[in-house]
Amino acid sequence: MTTEIKKVNRIAVRFSGDSGDGMQLTGERFTADTALHGNDLATLPNYPSEIRAPQGTVLGVSNFQLQFGDHDIFTPGDNPDVLVAMNPAALKANGKEVRPGGHIIVDIDTFNPRALEKLGWKQDPLEDGTFGDYHIHRVPLTSMTLNALAEFDMSKKDKERSKNMFALGLLSWMFSHSLDGTRTFLKTKFAKKPTVMQANLAALEAGWTYGENTEIFGVRYEVAKAPMAPGVYRNITGNTATAYGLVVAAHKAGLQLVLGSYPITPATDILHTLSALKRYNVMTLQMEDEIAGIGAAVGASFAGKLGVTTTSGPGMCLKSEFMGLAVMTEIPLVIVDVQRGGPSTGLPTKTEQADLLQALYGRHGESPLGVIAAQSPADCLMAAYEACAMAIKYRHPVILLTDGYLGNGSEPLLVPTMDDFPAIAPNFATKPNAVNAKGEPAFHPYRRDPETLARPWAIPGTPGLQHRLGGLEKLDGAGSISHDPANHDRMTRLRAEKVKRMVNDVPDLEVIDPDGDADLLILGWGSSYGPVTAACRNLRQQGVKVAQAHLRWINPLPRNTGEVLRAYKRVVVPEMNLGQLSKVLRAEFLVDIVSVTSVRGLPFAVPEIMHLINAHVDELNLEHEVSEEDEK
Amino acid sequence: MTTTEYNDLTELTGTAFVPRVAKDRILARKEFVSDQEVRWCPGCGDYAILAAFQSFLPELGIAPENIVVVSGIGCSSRFPYYVESYGMHSIHGRAPSIATGIATAREDLSVWVMTGDGDALAIGGNHFIHALRRNVNLNIVMFNNEIYGLTKGQYSPTSPVGTVSKSTPFGSVDHPFNPIRLALGADATFVARTMASDRQHLTETLRRAALHRGGSFVEVLQNCVIFNDGTFDDLKSEDHLLRMEPGQPLISGDRCIVRDPVRGLVVVPTSAVDPATIVKHDPAHANPGVAFALASIEGADSHDLVPIGIFRDIVQPTYDDAVREQIRTFSEAAGGDPTDADLAALLAGRNTWTVAP
Repeated sequence: MTTEIKKVNRIAVRFSGDSGDGMQLTGERFTADTALHGNDLATLPNYPSEIRAPQGTVLGVSNFQLQFGDHDIFTPGDNPDVLVAMNPAALKANGKEVRPGGHIIVDIDTFNPRALEKLGWKQDPLEDGTFGDYHIHRVPLTSMTLNALAEFDMSKKDKERSKNMFALGLLSWMFSHSLDGTRTFLKTKFAKKPTVMQANLAALEAGWTYGENTEIFGVRYEVAKAPMAPGVYRNITGNTATAYGLVVAAHKAGLQLVLGSYPITPATDILHTLSALKRYNVMTLQMEDEIAGIGAAVGASFAGKLGVTTTSGPGMCLKSEFMGLAVMTEIPLVIVDVQRGGPSTGLPTKTEQADLLQALYGRHGESPLGVIAAQSPADCLMAAYEACAMAIKYRHPVILLTDGYLGNGSEPLLVPTMDDFPAIAPNFATKPNAVNAKGEPAFHPYRRDPETLARPWAIPGTPGLQHRLGGLEKLDGAGSISHDPANHDRMTRLRAEKVKRMVNDVPDLEVIDPDGDADLLILGWGSSYGPVTAACRNLRQQGVKVAQAHLRWINPLPRNTGEVLRAYKRVVVPEMNLGQLSKVLRAEFLVDIVSVTSVRGLPFAVPEIMHLINAHVDELNLEHEVSEEDEK
Repeated sequence: MTTTEYNDLTELTGTAFVPRVAKDRILARKEFVSDQEVRWCPGCGDYAILAAFQSFLPELGIAPENIVVVSGIGCSSRFPYYVESYGMHSIHGRAPSIATGIATAREDLSVWVMTGDGDALAIGGNHFIHALRRNVNLNIVMFNNEIYGLTKGQYSPTSPVGTVSKSTPFGSVDHPFNPIRLALGADATFVARTMASDRQHLTETLRRAALHRGGSFVEVLQNCVIFNDGTFDDLKSEDHLLRMEPGQPLISGDRCIVRDPVRGLVVVPTSAVDPATIVKHDPAHANPGVAFALASIEGADSHDLVPIGIFRDIVQPTYDDAVREQIRTFSEAAGGDPTDADLAALLAGRNTWTVAP
């Protein structure tokens, strides 16, 4: 039998099932195979906050989407071209999001009247035209899996657990992926459970064979390799990249990495990753709460290590008093905030960018610290590295903002070499830097470097440099307690000035404006980079003139930020909050920013941004024509 | 009942990995006195604790740079400023978390948390119990004056019911913590009570705490001359103190402690019992229940008969040693410190693909 092989430029696939169906694993495996195939890609897992929400309900549906293509892929795609629905609830939750004309593969074995009734479907939606716009493929996934495992000495329930591998085998056939990667993966993962390993392998093969032997699809797809810069690649999630960025920074600085943390979604994976890296001299302390997490990190930094804490959502609030202490004591510290929907518990597993103002200002008193936002899953590596380098150089806390989308999402990373990371020198103080009233050598903990304003980092164990830090205001230089009004004014301004001087280590804001004559600038920050970049590229292909810039360092802002903003007739800032960066930019530069916001717990969709850009470009053109009229 | 010899248990001391000064260097008290002017109220019990601490430190043979004193907020928490060592006057209640980070990251430091009843047991209660149950190698010295001093006189978590204070003008109605029982409830491995007014006992207790490898908790009964003056006046009489000495029968004046099959440890007139039946103190007893019973004897909470000394001193693996040991094991198995090549391999992971130029 020959099946037509259709070549496509890009395709988006969504795996969907009960949260116990193994959809995240299936998606991750499919992603790994796609990457090995040479496509560029981006992924987005989307799962409920309940561990095992009620089976068969929309609430319990867990999704994993990826988009892959033969060109730069910036987002996991908006409307999937292919949906794999492991049960009716998955179809109900996702069916209408599939691109009209797309493929929906359902496990037909799960479509029984009781399951449909549970979802409020009185008739079979596959038959009554509800999904008439789609190619529906009724695959007996469960029964085919059971058949394939007929010979296995396992319970029916255990056999059914392999149906995700059947689905993966089928999709691998559909997209001409090799099964080798998953075979190796299963052999390693279940090395100690040979029966489970064999069952999963059998289900995987059966899925492939099913595709090969039935004419159900009539078509296979092939996505050519994407042209990518030469080098070695791997796929990486933002949370893993963040963890590795911290490890590399500590290594380059010659410091031990000490993480003080407390489990919280979606930041926990950073703790998981780091706790397995003992061989790399990484110390992880899972503390009793968020406060103790940052407390242990502050202690470690004081002791001469690279102290880091990781958190999300409400954890950021709990840590704020300690951040104030780190600002006051001026010690290197990195706080990673994987932002999630808020306020309060909010949407723990969904993404948002609404902690920006908290990161910048959310402490009592004048309490400035460095803030950098990663722009893509792979960029979390370098952003984490830069945060550490800045914290160490300026002896000051730095917040790294990522979010649920970046943390859980993945994309290929061009694996850097150690030489790609600039050197970090902790330069511990070793000698007295002052003399006391008696003319003896003394150590002044707040005697600053004239260029960076950083104070010396003298660690316990260093003879002669004993000193006491603390939350009370300190005398400029000598560092003893001081309630002097003029001193507090001076120290407050010094701390602010020090953070401002970090700008010397912040690259200028780059603008992508290929023709150089756009009137409209789209300025994003953090995880909107993907959708904004894809939207701008699509529109330029259609002849629309639009400039794009993206902020990574937000405190301090790149030196040329004001200049860039003022160079455009209109600046639009899309954010997954109610306009937080816009507020900062307006206040800082008196530029009338157009704020566009969305807080749906999901990243911006590319068509949404394209539509937005088009509307503004049209308006600007109209204004242009009107003003030309006036001149006449 | 067997009484375990004290010294048999101290396999590793609390300062085992802290460098000692050269043999010919004699440390003096003044080396541990900072240039900061001490600013507690005249007559405050804190002076005595500071003096005892600074006087006993030279005995440890550890230079000032290898000692770290961390505190939270409150009168007691000014302590680090006055000790010539590394120190941090941090934020309210959180010192145990900072100290955990320091002690776990650095085995070559002697780490002390100086705290008060409000700092340790109210706002910092969570960190207090977790530092103790983890058995981190650090010393928590809690100055208990049963009042908030720095905020000028509100009742604290150790104030007895009925305490009239600025925030309880008609008497407090909430039940206090017994700090010893709280620490024992957290499975602390070293728990002791002493008094600021008994210099010798205080010094000996601090010495024992420093020797202990693991989390040490020392409650120091300390008088606040301004807001709670005289609260421990009863204890000026030896008749109200039960001095606990390892291996010695528990006797105070004409009272002693015996075992009652139903009520556990009870206070009885010494003349009424066979001396052989008087309970001998055994702080090394594995079961914390004995220490808990001692901390709960009749009259303990009303200051009629207050046990002082070491309630519990047992050897157990410490958190920080175990954390470092795991790292050391993996590091040694992998051939020592990670190289650039090791890091590069970590970054690449196991599933890579190569795009040819």
